[in-house]
Amino acid sequence: MPFIVAFVFAYILWLVLTAGTNGLLWSSQELIAGLIFAGIIGYATKDIVGEKSTRFLNPIRWLEWIAYAPVLFWGMVKANFHVAWLVITGRIRPGIVRVPVDLEEDAQYTILGNSITLTPGTLTIDACPEEKALYVHWIDIPKGMEKPESSEPVSGPFEKWARRLGK
Amino acid sequence: MSWVNYLIYAFLAVNITFNLLGSIALHRFPDVYTRLHGATKCTTFGTIFAVFAVAAHALYQLHVTGDAKYLQMTLHSFVALIALLLTNPVGAHAIAKAAHLSGYKPAKAVIDAYEEKLGGGKE
Repeated sequence: MPFIVAFVFAYILWLVLTAGTNGLLWSSQELIAGLIFAGIIGYATKDIVGEKSTRFLNPIRWLEWIAYAPVLFWGMVKANFHVAWLVITGRIRPGIVRVPVDLEEDAQYTILGNSITLTPGTLTIDACPEEKALYVHWIDIPKGMEKPESSEPVSGPFEKWARRLGK
Repeated sequence: MSWVNYLIYAFLAVNITFNLLGSIALHRFPDVYTRLHGATKCTTFGTIFAVFAVAAHALYQLHVTGDAKYLQMTLHSFVALIALLLTNPVGAHAIAKAAHLSGYKPAKAVIDAYEEKLGGGKE
C-alpha cells in the first residue's frame, strides 16, 4: 500500500507538470513515461512513506485540504496586516511561549506547526509531542498571555483543522 | 487594456508592498527571531501575490490565444507556490531552533519558555 500512495502522488505531480503537451491534455508518450517514473519513485520511497500514509488517499481528506486553504489564507491576511503595523510602528513585545495542544499524530503537529509559522507574528521553534506542547516565538504577546492555556489565542481555529487533516 | 491588466497590477502592488515591509522589518527589529518574522513571512505573503499575478496573466492569455504553454505557466507557478508554502515554515523553524540552541537569546523577550525547558533538561 505505501507503494500505491507514493505512486499516486508522484503521478499526479507528473500530470500537473506535463499538462498541455497535446492540446490542453497529455500526449501518450508523457503518460507512459510518467507511469514508469512514478513506479520507480513509488518503489524507492515505499519504506519512507510508511503504512499509515494510506489515510491521505481518502478523497474526503483532499476536499478538506481544499476547504482549509481559504481558512489559512484568511489567517495570513489578517496576521500580515498586524505585522505590517508592527513593522511601521516598531512597538513589539516578543517572547517564546509554551502552547499546550491536544494532538496525537506527528502529521497533526507538522500541519499545526507549519500553519502557525506561515501566519506572521508567530513562529514555531520546537514541537514536543511527548509533552503535547509547541514552543512558539510570538512577536507581540498581548498582556497576560505569557502562559496560554490553549492554542486558541496563538493560532485561532488551526488546531481544530490540524486535528482533522492529520487524523 | 482590459480589466485583467488592472488585476495584475493590483496583485503586483500587494506583492511589492509586503516584500518592502519584509525588508524594512529586517532593519527595524532587534534580533534574529523577530527578523525571521519579517524576512520569511511578509515575503511569503508577497510572493503568493506574485504567483497570482503570473496566473492571472497566463489564464488571460490562455483565454485569448488558446496556446497550451500558458496552461503550463499557470500550473507550474502553482506548483512553485505549494513548494514555497511547504518549505518556508520548515526553513524558518530550522533557523530559529538552530539560533536558540547556539545560545542566541531573544532580545527584549518578556518570557522565554523554551529556555526554561532546555535549562530544566540539563540540570
